[in-house]
Amino acid sequence: MADQLGAQEVVLRLDGITKRFGALTANDAVSFSLHRGEVVALLGENGAGKTTLMNILFGHYTADEGTVELFGQPLPPGNPRAALAAGVGMVHQHFTLADNLSVLENILLGTRPLWSFGFDRASARARIVQLARDFGLSVVPEHRVGNLSVGERQRVEILKALYRDARILILDEPTAVLTPQETDALFVTLRKMVAKGLSVVFISHKLHEVMAISSRVVVLRHGKLAGEVATGQTDRHKLAELMVGSEVKSPELRASTPGPALLTLSQISTPDHGNAPGLKAANLALHAGQITGLAGVSGNGQAALADLIAGLERPVSGDMALHGEAPAHWSPRAAMDAGIARIPEDRHKTGTIADFTLTENAILESYSQAPFSRRGWMNWRAARDFAEQVITRYDVRCPGPDTRIRLLSGGNMQKLILGRAMEPGPKVILANQPVRGLDIGAISFVHGQLLAARDRGAAILLMSEDLDEVMALSDVIQVIYEGRLSPPFSRGSMTAAQLGQWMAGGGFDGDAHAA
Amino acid sequence: MRLEPIANPTLARTLGFPLIALTLTVLIGSSLAMLAGANPFATLGLILKGAAGSRFAILETLNRATPLIFTGLAVAVAFRAKLWNIGAEAQLYAGAVMAVLLGTGALGWPSGLLLPAMAGAAMLAGALVLLGPAILKVRFGVDEVVTTLLFNFVVLLFVSMLLEGPLKDPMGMGWPQSSRLIPEARLPRIIDGLRLHWGFGLAILSALVVWVIQSRTTLGYEMRAVGQNRQAAEFAGIPVGRVILKTALLSGGLAALAGFSEVAGLKGNLTLDISPGFGYTGIIVAMLALLNPVGVVVSAIFVAGVFVGADSMSRAAGVPTYIANIMLATALLTMVLAIALTRFNVRRG
Amino acid sequence: MMEILDILLSASFWAAVIRIASPLIFATMGELICERAGVLNLGIEGIMVAGAFAGWMTVYSGGGLWTGVIVAMMAGMLFGLVHATLTVPFGLSQHVVGLGVTLLATSATYFAYRLALPRVNTPPRIEAFQPLPIPYLSDIPIIGHALFSQTPLTYLAFVLVAVVSVVLYRTPLGLALRAAGENPSAVAAQGLSVTGIRMGAVIVGSGLMAVGGAFLTMSAFNSFFFEMVNGRGWICIALVVFGAWMPGKALLGAVLFGVFDALQIRLQQTTLGADVPYQVFLMMPFLLSILALVVMSRRASVPAALMVPFNKGER
Repeated sequence: MADQLGAQEVVLRLDGITKRFGALTANDAVSFSLHRGEVVALLGENGAGKTTLMNILFGHYTADEGTVELFGQPLPPGNPRAALAAGVGMVHQHFTLADNLSVLENILLGTRPLWSFGFDRASARARIVQLARDFGLSVVPEHRVGNLSVGERQRVEILKALYRDARILILDEPTAVLTPQETDALFVTLRKMVAKGLSVVFISHKLHEVMAISSRVVVLRHGKLAGEVATGQTDRHKLAELMVGSEVKSPELRASTPGPALLTLSQISTPDHGNAPGLKAANLALHAGQITGLAGVSGNGQAALADLIAGLERPVSGDMALHGEAPAHWSPRAAMDAGIARIPEDRHKTGTIADFTLTENAILESYSQAPFSRRGWMNWRAARDFAEQVITRYDVRCPGPDTRIRLLSGGNMQKLILGRAMEPGPKVILANQPVRGLDIGAISFVHGQLLAARDRGAAILLMSEDLDEVMALSDVIQVIYEGRLSPPFSRGSMTAAQLGQWMAGGGFDGDAHAA
Repeated sequence: MRLEPIANPTLARTLGFPLIALTLTVLIGSSLAMLAGANPFATLGLILKGAAGSRFAILETLNRATPLIFTGLAVAVAFRAKLWNIGAEAQLYAGAVMAVLLGTGALGWPSGLLLPAMAGAAMLAGALVLLGPAILKVRFGVDEVVTTLLFNFVVLLFVSMLLEGPLKDPMGMGWPQSSRLIPEARLPRIIDGLRLHWGFGLAILSALVVWVIQSRTTLGYEMRAVGQNRQAAEFAGIPVGRVILKTALLSGGLAALAGFSEVAGLKGNLTLDISPGFGYTGIIVAMLALLNPVGVVVSAIFVAGVFVGADSMSRAAGVPTYIANIMLATALLTMVLAIALTRFNVRRG
Repeated sequence: MMEILDILLSASFWAAVIRIASPLIFATMGELICERAGVLNLGIEGIMVAGAFAGWMTVYSGGGLWTGVIVAMMAGMLFGLVHATLTVPFGLSQHVVGLGVTLLATSATYFAYRLALPRVNTPPRIEAFQPLPIPYLSDIPIIGHALFSQTPLTYLAFVLVAVVSVVLYRTPLGLALRAAGENPSAVAAQGLSVTGIRMGAVIVGSGLMAVGGAFLTMSAFNSFFFEMVNGRGWICIALVVFGAWMPGKALLGAVLFGVFDALQIRLQQTTLGADVPYQVFLMMPFLLSILALVVMSRRASVPAALMVPFNKGER
């Protein structure tokens, strides 16, 4: 390998990087190097330390040990400005754009000294248009970023780096929010960059993308370097083994025997909220014993659908039926009373209350009911017993029910939410991004629970940004696009590329046969 | 710099930082005394003596603590649910007005009936005063900090209007003050001959009731959940709007009791200066108590002691009495910082 | 009705409107800068008190008028520094810290006043800013007198609005400031310091608030007395909301407020004023501010990161 790439100049060298957060060691003596004109994939599970490593390189964090060298020069630690000046550009997983500013303003931010006067907007604009053309990144500089789609935002992020003459581009999970077609377009852009002598670090946990774009793969596991291989000399299975430490089995999906529809939406519409579209005459039927997967680029009405089923949103038109009947009045309480279990998208912001104990969080959805509450008085003993039951049955690793939930890992937090929702024996389950950010162990636990619930006869709606997850678990898939829902496609009837076309809006507007 | 949460802070940390905050407060008080040309140790000694140096001083401090317990509880209850009630001053005056309306002869009831009626009416009025901003918050999303602050001015002007109009004491020689309460409407003293009245007892009782509500009742759980994470509370089916309104009623009612207790226990009539900012000081009291209702009693006595002590020191040593306000504002700011530092490590990068 | 019309057509009325609006313009611009960067500054009321005293005291002890303005601004910036240190790097509650700063600034001012003038009942007056009519322009009927026969501080207030607008919308600094209040990580990702920008905004904004306070003692009442700020700071917070966080609209709000305030003062002297208690008129500014908040709250143009602390550890 060394002789293969030895001719190429080393542009970046990380040496023995160690970073600790309290008791957690996020990076443990990690070293690797990047050459001119190559794409290196940084592969690892969630929590393996990829993002931390790149944040150290970019200067957001300071490493406890180790050094970073850029183009042969040591990089002063903890200084994003130095990293930017040395030619490092970073596209963060959560976009760092200000919604109230235009594309042009977002790109110009920080490019001139703060105490200078004004910008030469015309020449900046011309330069952006030129860069956009060179790298195939179409944007309109005058548009307000708040009105852009996710794909457009990512293009702005890349342009930000290019505008600053980045020689090294770090992309943190760039495909998580893209359709397969948009991902292909991104890869085209990346190849153009490499051809022009730029170098790219591509952070991902998706094996097929890593195989498609990188020339070399660096694998991190639990903060340590688990391996480094040339992409041409490996395959997906070997990479998966390196990443997880043991061979992974994809979940086994037995054919389902769907029962009656437990929840149906017909021609449902909900209001738009700013840039978040509401549902537009959406039809959906969740059947007993069946997992319906929802595919779509984020920001296309998933939130509206999730909020509707969770009871937070009321339809403005259309009919909704639970067990064949229209609910008299709709609220989160009504949804829970009708036997809907809800796993929210954001376990920190909506799923739990950080400073509440596990006990207090366990009864969050049932606190007002016996035995936890009687005539306005709380029964903390019953609540604690319930929490202990959930902790045991759902394998929540924690010091005890009196621990504040903020001290738990994401996986254990999610298990508590899952347990709290599943204990009443729900008929319908809304699983919104149920495994986002979890490690393999927690993912397979959550998936196992969902499959078991399906086999018990629950109707499940699985919403995920990860198309692979949707395709692996769903009996039926529907695509959401700008608030509209596609007809259901049965398992195996569509390829990822075909779904991708629907996710980009093709197939809607009556030309369903085109897909 | 970066803040990193600490899972289990050590005891040294939990006690150390607040102690540093307290030291800093005393240091600032001392340097102000020096600035005023007084001996800092003598000044602090005089404050201590004025606050707790004699039976009279202690009773004076407890008397001054009484309205602060009520307003402190009002703020603590509201802040716990992230309802930023900065209007305790207005609610206090609303309660005082009700005490005067019912207690100056309009109801010829015996004490046992009249006092509870006055207290109840006061609570109702205070609750209604806060209900306005709370409804604006829940219905229209109007920030209650600004509305409650602005309402303080409106209500004070309203009271001034009453005192120069319908509530004006005909025997008051033209001063804007109300008639005096009838004897049945006065809160009796706890011990004969000592100036401490039953308002203090009511304040202690209120603190216990609030503590029970917060830790043992469903409403208390709801209020805490809404305060800690409104979005999660909404998702979990907690009726957030209703909980905020209930919190407002409780908070406004508690602040109004301060007005009732000052009029019926201490002053005997209503003037425009019955509260030298008890409503605002309630914020300091509540924050120093970390919003804990039982802690409010302790911190109210402490804050009252600083005020009473500074008053007496000022007479003796000539240092302006505002030294008390400065020390308390410093205590508030350093204490919130100290509490944060017990929970977070400050780290570079 | 005729009385109102008479009032509205008098030049002195409009001069009063501008005079009432001027301190609010300074303080509103100060608050707007803080909030655009993502920090709610409830220290405003106390900082105005401190500014009013510092400016007045400087002139009273023999300093020049402009020295007084600068001292007032420095006093405001000092309290701004306290606010910024606690709310920005330490991320403490902006509500609590803001109120704490108001209490601290107010009591420190009163303490200093009593220290400086121990036994004074009627505070002494100072030789304050005098009207500076602008040649020719001040001869225009009504408007000329109202707009161009003001004190230099009033002219400065209007210039300030233009400067704030230009800085906010036309310079790299303004761009960074607006981004910091919307999405601080956008600022951090471009290698700029969110902490630096936010602290700077709070400190400068607080300085402007103090100048607004100084206007009261140095251009309006020519003396310092307790409670003279009388809720003006809180009204400025309402004006920022009314102005949808834009300098021009906030200026409009301040002038509109001046109209109502000047009108209520004059109405007290009319036949209507004889029948209605004066307190009702005095309530109007506060009630109008509340009304403005209710009406404007439906339009969401709040800086997205207002009151959200930025901590690198929590990305």
